[in-house]
Amino acid sequence: MHHTAILFLEFGAVLLGLGVLGALALRAGISPIPLYLIAGLAFGTGGVLPLATSEEFISVGAELGVVLLLLTLGLEYNADELVTSLKSNARAGIVDLVLNAAPGAICALLLGWGPVAAVAMAGVTYATSSGITAKVLTDLGWIGNRETPTVLSLLVFEDLTMAVYLPVLTAMLAGLSLVSGAITVAIALATVSVVLLVALKFGRYIEAFVSSPNSEVLLLKVVGLALLVAGLAQQLQVSAAVGAFLVGIALSGQLAHDAQALLAPLRDLFAAVFFVFFGLQTDPTKILPVAGLAAALAVVSMLTKLATGIYAARRAGIAKAGQARAGIALIPRGEFNIVIAGLAVAAGAHPDLGPLAAAYVLILAAFGPLAAKLVQPLFEAIAKRA
Amino acid sequence: MEVEQTALPGIGLRHDFTTQSGKRIGVVSHRIGRRDLVIYDREDPDRACEVVKLNDEEADALVELLGAPRIVQRLNQAHQEVEGLVSLQLPIPATSRYVDRPMGDARVRTRTSASIVAIVRSGQVFASPGPDFVFAAGDIVVVVGSADSTSEVADILAEG
Repeated sequence: MHHTAILFLEFGAVLLGLGVLGALALRAGISPIPLYLIAGLAFGTGGVLPLATSEEFISVGAELGVVLLLLTLGLEYNADELVTSLKSNARAGIVDLVLNAAPGAICALLLGWGPVAAVAMAGVTYATSSGITAKVLTDLGWIGNRETPTVLSLLVFEDLTMAVYLPVLTAMLAGLSLVSGAITVAIALATVSVVLLVALKFGRYIEAFVSSPNSEVLLLKVVGLALLVAGLAQQLQVSAAVGAFLVGIALSGQLAHDAQALLAPLRDLFAAVFFVFFGLQTDPTKILPVAGLAAALAVVSMLTKLATGIYAARRAGIAKAGQARAGIALIPRGEFNIVIAGLAVAAGAHPDLGPLAAAYVLILAAFGPLAAKLVQPLFEAIAKRA
Repeated sequence: MEVEQTALPGIGLRHDFTTQSGKRIGVVSHRIGRRDLVIYDREDPDRACEVVKLNDEEADALVELLGAPRIVQRLNQAHQEVEGLVSLQLPIPATSRYVDRPMGDARVRTRTSASIVAIVRSGQVFASPGPDFVFAAGDIVVVVGSADSTSEVADILAEG
């Protein structure tokens, strides 16, 4: 068969399969991310239906997916919100970082995977999935709740932390020496600061350049700019993902909303490809041996997120039931954790890291939203008794 | 009354306040234009127990329903605040000599210095009527002026 024919057949079958899985997830009221990962596991090496031709194409699609995920994440927040959140929630944000990075890092160190894998695993357990959490808040009608601003500003803080963390991880994974590693990190930090400053002071010039009444022109300009900066960032060892995130932050206001709406379908397509690709790279036969470990890690980091939420909400003067809700809302892990694990796997980290991260995210992406739904009646009972 | 404003990063803004009866209510303004009307739980004051999602049109309708009576009230108060100014609603009796005659014939402004600002006819309001507006029996004439001048208008319109 012709090469293009096979490529289309395989890729089409994968996308169609994802569509069907997405519909199932929608009906069950859970995030489709765990199902996408499972689909990737089934198609990949050692899976039931290995893909022959389209894997290379999917890998490029996955890279695009990461850039688009981070670009749209950056578009959600404007520079003002980031700075305000940094000022007012620094303490809760640091508690979040320490409590939730610890389980992953300690786990990797206990397994003897070395410090680089420990930093990667710290990221895997640290970041809450802002996508899944936002969906949980909307679905359960928690947006208007008084603990919600606390949850949201923790998410903002985490995303900002990622802008610093990803370049550090990239430098460490590249095996740079201490000096050149330090230079890379310094470049990354300087870039992040400059972009924030530019976005705060001169955002309107960038917007004037990008904005267009024509949606086609706007789409091409935004994606083009994001890819260009992502490529530049990758070249500087700062990580393409951070570059795209910063472009997203620099754009704000009406322009950001328009761009977000335009990019959403594109992002959904390539992000799904990205999750499949991660599953493809992971050998499903290796998941079973680490399943117990992943479950234990999931339980521990559920408790640490719960503690984080309770701490942050109590500081904001929220009552007990609201504190618990804040903790529950922070439990889901998803896209970011897979992005981090993907970086580590691509750089040749310990072979068990990929399967462990996959199993871990499978559990928490699926269980997080369910936990929120199951626990809601319990809170009402607590609140009534108090 | 104090309205509290809270930023919701990535979503929009929330405004909320406690009513005199002790209920806390708020509005979440999403950046994409949607509005949520939220009512907080008495037992768990952090939780929105009722969320009403409103699109642009519905939000406008609600504003009109809640806002319009208040605007009328304020106008009435404004009238009272201007000292010496009286607003009267005077009926045109069927026996009045001005039935079926244009308003200009009554020469209300020249004779009394009060002004006819509107005519209400079977529920319909004709604001700022011109001198050629023809009176009908049963019209309600809204007059603004001093206490003396408006009562003079009442006498004129009742003339047989």
